Amino acid sequence: MSEQLAQVSTSTRPRGLWDDAWDELKGRPIFWISSVLILLFILMAAFPTLFTRVDPHVADLSRSMEEPSAEHWFGLDRQGRDVFARTIHGARASIIVGLAATLVTTLIGGLLGILAAYLGGWADTLISRLGEILLGLPFVLGAIIILTTFAGAQSGAGPALVITLVVGTLTLLSWPLVARIARSAAYSVKHADYVQAARALGAGPFRIMFRHLLPNVMAPVIVYGSLMVATFISAEATLSFLGVGLRPPVVSWGVAISEAGDYIRQAFFLTAFPTAFLCVTVLAFVMLGDAIRDALDPKLR
Amino acid sequence: MTQSGERGPAPSAEPVLEVRDLVKHYPITRGILFQRSYGAVQAVDGVSFDLRPGETLGVVGESGSGKSTLAKMLIGLEGPTSGSIKVHGKDITELDRRGAKRMRRDIQMIFQDPYTSLNPRMTVGDIICEPFEIHGDVLPSSERRGRAQELLEVVGLNPEHINRYPHQFSGGQRQRIGIARALALRPSILVCDEPVSALDVSIQAQVINLLIKLQKEFGLAYVFIAHDLSVVRHISDRVSVMYLGRFVESGTDTEIYDHASHPYSQALLSAVPNPTPVGRESRQRILLSGDVPSPADPPSGCRFRTRCWKAEEICSTDDPELTVRPGSDHPSACHFAEGPLEVGGPR
Repeated sequence: MSEQLAQVSTSTRPRGLWDDAWDELKGRPIFWISSVLILLFILMAAFPTLFTRVDPHVADLSRSMEEPSAEHWFGLDRQGRDVFARTIHGARASIIVGLAATLVTTLIGGLLGILAAYLGGWADTLISRLGEILLGLPFVLGAIIILTTFAGAQSGAGPALVITLVVGTLTLLSWPLVARIARSAAYSVKHADYVQAARALGAGPFRIMFRHLLPNVMAPVIVYGSLMVATFISAEATLSFLGVGLRPPVVSWGVAISEAGDYIRQAFFLTAFPTAFLCVTVLAFVMLGDAIRDALDPKLR
Repeated sequence: MTQSGERGPAPSAEPVLEVRDLVKHYPITRGILFQRSYGAVQAVDGVSFDLRPGETLGVVGESGSGKSTLAKMLIGLEGPTSGSIKVHGKDITELDRRGAKRMRRDIQMIFQDPYTSLNPRMTVGDIICEPFEIHGDVLPSSERRGRAQELLEVVGLNPEHINRYPHQFSGGQRQRIGIARALALRPSILVCDEPVSALDVSIQAQVINLLIKLQKEFGLAYVFIAHDLSVVRHISDRVSVMYLGRFVESGTDTEIYDHASHPYSQALLSAVPNPTPVGRESRQRILLSGDVPSPADPPSGCRFRTRCWKAEEICSTDDPELTVRPGSDHPSACHFAEGPLEVGGPR
């Protein structure tokens, strides 16, 4: 009898979308593989000395562009610095830029998009037109203007400030994309009967936006966000290459790829290793985003 | 089919819902920055009725007659342009936010499409508990799940399915979930906006019978909107026929169905398929010509005159009021209202 009761109470314990999504994620190998990879990269960013004891700034010019060997697994770069150490140490700047810019962009863009869809009228016009103006600006041009204005080569801005500015620039120029996706997703359910039903029950704007519109917006925004991590890490590389983003002596994958790009025919490995790390990171985020999106849609379970 | 007369409420009871001269005009605007209004869609144009506890008012009419707009105004989703809606004597158009929230406990709605009226990303438990979360003082949070399961049982679903998602249910079951949500706050009035028209015919009867059972159990008053005349007759005590935003005829179910006096009601009723072969040949259909005129530019005088075979000069100049006409026992908005249905008139 008590066993039966226990069974009933477990089957009826309160469940919601997030509990079910978590249960679903737990059983997916893709989720665990991508999570372990992401954790590994975050660990690399936080404690690079766990992975390598070689100083990434020690240069031995006489051994410039030496091939990979037992001593230097990934070889040596043009200035004779250890590529393995530089790749490990480069994770920090790249991952900070990629993650922070994605997080801020998604939050701001998602919130503004939902607000635009929910409020409609003037707020919608204002947010949408502002976004279009920013999107009309060529990305690289906009970034160059902002970064040279606030952190020009002569300004002597420290690495922390430059990273913040790079993140800020990427966010400013990219939130309209997320806002657009969020707005259209929220707008498509704004007039759905279940939102009307919630309003008829007396639900306020916050409940409608966060309980009913947000879950519908999450799926496309998460997928886009996971791709955005990749875009931002490579955008950081582009800006570094142009000399307006992070610059030596800061170590980042973007800086490494842009430095090595000129010697791709003489020393392929110089480009290959940082690029491989970048690709695996991006792949891990994309897989995680995909798994979360699937788990959040009850129909795909 | 005709036992509805016996279910009628005590006629002396105070009305739970009083609607007077309800009007909803949607302005038609042009321009983005400097909007100018040049006309209005007259979705609902002067509707009045009373609803007593435990009573069912059926509202029938074709698409675009303003039925759904009427429903939205009744539950406060749309504000009326003018007129009053009194729930238990309080005018809901004049309430402040707090009062409006409180009013929602008394009047709830069942939606037409059970596939869009439940949030696909919420469990059935979350859907039915939402009313309690919004009105937090109704029930302590520890008792909400239990009440949700009781409600599932009341509407004929398995209470153990509380953690399932809407897509795991059939259309009829989903509609029952919608009914459970509407019942959660124990309202005295339910507005049903075509609650069965999206369901299979075999399921329609089950849901209708559930609504009748719930009415008896909880003393609910229904405003039952539909375009299916036989469904409306089955559940309604009184019926009003709507055309272009107005009630053109009102009466008890027998008065309307057996003694329709307005030409539009007669035409509507003649379109109901007759299941008995006997006498089918002698019945004639009234075929109306043309479409419903645009509610943005309704005809002068009687709104039905453009499609009416009885229309004369007076119809285009004088707007007929909804009053009891000679030779009839219930209100009708026609200058030439007739007694018993005489289908097969001059066509």
